[in-house]
Amino acid sequence: MSRRTVELELATPGVDAQGRPVRVPLGATGLGAPGAAAGAAADEPPLPDQHMLINLGPQHPATHGVLRLVVELEGETVVRVIPHVGYLHSGFEKLGEYRHYNQIIPLTDRTDYLSPMANNVGFALAAERLMGIEITPRCRVLRVIACEMSRVISHMVWLGTTAIDLGAFTPFLWAFQERERIYNLQEMWTGARLTTSVTRVGGMLADVPDGFVPALRHFTETYPRTLDEIDRVLTRNAVWVGRTQGVGALTAAEAINHSLSGPMLRASGVPFDLRRDKPYLDYETYDFDVPVGEHGDVYDRYLVRLEECRQANRILAQALERLPDGPVNVADPRVILPPKSRAMNDMEAMIYHFKQVMEGVKAPVGEAYVGIENPKGELGTYLVSDGTAKPVRWRIRPPSFINLSALPKMAEGHLLSDLIAINASVDIVMGEVDR
Amino acid sequence: MNPSVEAGRATLGSAIGRVVESCGDTIVYVAAERLRDVLTWLRDTPGEAYDYLVDITAVEYRDRERPLEVVYTLRSLGRGAELRVKVELDPRGALTLDSVVPLWQGANWLEREVYDMFGVSFREHPDLRRILMWETYAEGYPLRKDFPLRGRFSRAEQVRQALTANPEAHYSIDELSIAAAAAALPADMAERLRRGERGTLPHSE
Repeated sequence: MSRRTVELELATPGVDAQGRPVRVPLGATGLGAPGAAAGAAADEPPLPDQHMLINLGPQHPATHGVLRLVVELEGETVVRVIPHVGYLHSGFEKLGEYRHYNQIIPLTDRTDYLSPMANNVGFALAAERLMGIEITPRCRVLRVIACEMSRVISHMVWLGTTAIDLGAFTPFLWAFQERERIYNLQEMWTGARLTTSVTRVGGMLADVPDGFVPALRHFTETYPRTLDEIDRVLTRNAVWVGRTQGVGALTAAEAINHSLSGPMLRASGVPFDLRRDKPYLDYETYDFDVPVGEHGDVYDRYLVRLEECRQANRILAQALERLPDGPVNVADPRVILPPKSRAMNDMEAMIYHFKQVMEGVKAPVGEAYVGIENPKGELGTYLVSDGTAKPVRWRIRPPSFINLSALPKMAEGHLLSDLIAINASVDIVMGEVDR
Repeated sequence: MNPSVEAGRATLGSAIGRVVESCGDTIVYVAAERLRDVLTWLRDTPGEAYDYLVDITAVEYRDRERPLEVVYTLRSLGRGAELRVKVELDPRGALTLDSVVPLWQGANWLEREVYDMFGVSFREHPDLRRILMWETYAEGYPLRKDFPLRGRFSRAEQVRQALTANPEAHYSIDELSIAAAAAALPADMAERLRRGERGTLPHSE
C-alpha cells in the first residue's frame, strides 16, 4: 500500500483506495455488497407522504430562549407553526400590584433583560405622567443616554445571535465586544451590569460618575468602526443575502394589521417611530434619521437595525454635547428620598424618608399610558391608580410578544431552515414575551 | 377632548357612553354589545382612521363594586391621534365580548392573554386558549383581584402536580392529529387524549 493510498483512506471515509464508495446509501437493499447501490435506487421503498410533526424547543438554541414551536412539515416546507410561550412567566404584572411605584422598577429590568435601562425609563415616564411630575433638564438628557445605550446593546445581541443562527460566527464576537463596553459603562453608572434599575420616579438612581462622559464619548467615536466591519462582512455576503432576502416578508398593511412595532414595522415600509412621531424626553430636538425598509423581509430588518445602531450612536454623541449641569432629581421631598446625611441629622428630612419608605409615593386617581420606542418596538406602560401608593394595574405592552404573534403568518410556506431566520429576525426576548 | 368622540356619538348614538379625561388621554366607554361596530367605525371612517391597535388589556379594581374593564388602545398612524376605548363587564355575570381579531390580526394573542389572565372570553376568536399559563392550569385567572399572590394551591400541591404531570400533555390532540403521529399512538393513549384527559394525574384516584 503506497503512502498516497493511506492518505486517501484517511481523508475520505466511505471511499476505498480506488475512489469507489464502500458503503451503500441508506434505504438500499443488499447491504454490504459494493456496487449494489446503483441498482438498489430503483426499488427504494416508498416514503410516507403524511405531514411530519416537528417540535422545536423549548430548549433549542435557535429559538432565543424558552420558546417552543410545534411545526407541521410537508417535506421540508412549513405548513403550520404553533408557538407555545409562557415557560418564563413570572407574574410581574401581578407582583406590581403589591409594590410601591419605585419598588416596581427592579421588576422592569427583568422583563426585557437585553435593554434594562430603556425599560426603567419607560416605567418612570408613565409613573411621572400619572403623578404629574416634571423632571429636570439634566435627567431628560441622561434618560436619552440610557435609552440609546440600551438600543446599542440590544441590537448588538440581536445581530450577533442572528448571524450565528445563519452560520456567521465572527460578527457575533465583534458585536458582543461592543456590548461588553456598554456593560462596563452601565456598571460604572449603576453598579450593575444587567439589572440596572437606573431610574426613580422623579429622577435617577444616581448622577453619572466622574469619567463616564469621556468614556462614553470614546465609545461613540470608536463604535462606528465595528459597525462598518459588520456591514462589510454581512451586507453583501452571498450566504447572508441568500438566506435573508425574500424570506418572511410582510407588506405594510399586514404589518399594521398585526400590530407590529419597532424595526419590524419600519422594515415593512411604515415610517413610524415614536421618538419622532410621538416624542418624549425631547427627542424631537435631536437630529437623527428613521430608517425604513422596502420589502419587509429578514434582510430589510437587518438593514434597519444596523442603521438604527448608527443613529443611536449619533444621538448619544449629541446628548453628550448638550448634557446640562444642574440637579438630576426633582426638588420634591415627597417624591425623592433625602440624602442619607440629612435623613440622619434633620428631623424633617427623616420624616420624609420614613414616610416614603413606609408608605410610598401616592399617585392621584387616574390612569396613564406611555409608549416609548424600545429597541424591540413599542414598550407601553399602562398604569391605573386608585389613589394609593400601589398601582391597581400595571400593564406592560410587550413589543416582542406582539411581534412574535405574527411568526406563523411569516413562516408558513417557507422552508424549515427559513423558519430559524424568520424567528431570529423578530428579535424576541422571552423574559418580556412571558413576563 | 378627542374630537373622535363627538363624531362617534353623532353617528353611533347610544353605543358611545360616558367620556373621561385622565393625564391628557381621552377614555371613552362603549356598550359591550356594540363594541365591534364602534371599533370598525373608528378604523374605517376616513377622518378617524384608527388603523393601529396598540394594546388590549383589562383592569379589575380593588373596589369590588366596580365592574371589570377591558381596555382597547387605538392609534391612527397617519394622524398620530390616540384613543382609549373601554368596555365594562360585570364580574358576577358572563365575561363575554366580541373578538376583534376580524379587524386586527394583532388582537389574537392579546385577547388570548386577557382570557388567560382575567377569564374574559371572546366570541368568534379563532383560537381561544390559555397562552402564558399552560392549558390545564386549574387555579383560575391570575390577574383577578380575588386570586392570591401565591396562587390558589399550596406550594406542596403545585410541586406534586408538576412532578406527576402527564407527559402526554406536551402536545394537544389538535397538534398530534396534523401528523402521522396520531395514527401511531397506542390505543389507550389516543383514547385518553380524545376524551380530553390531557394533563390529568395518572395516580390521582
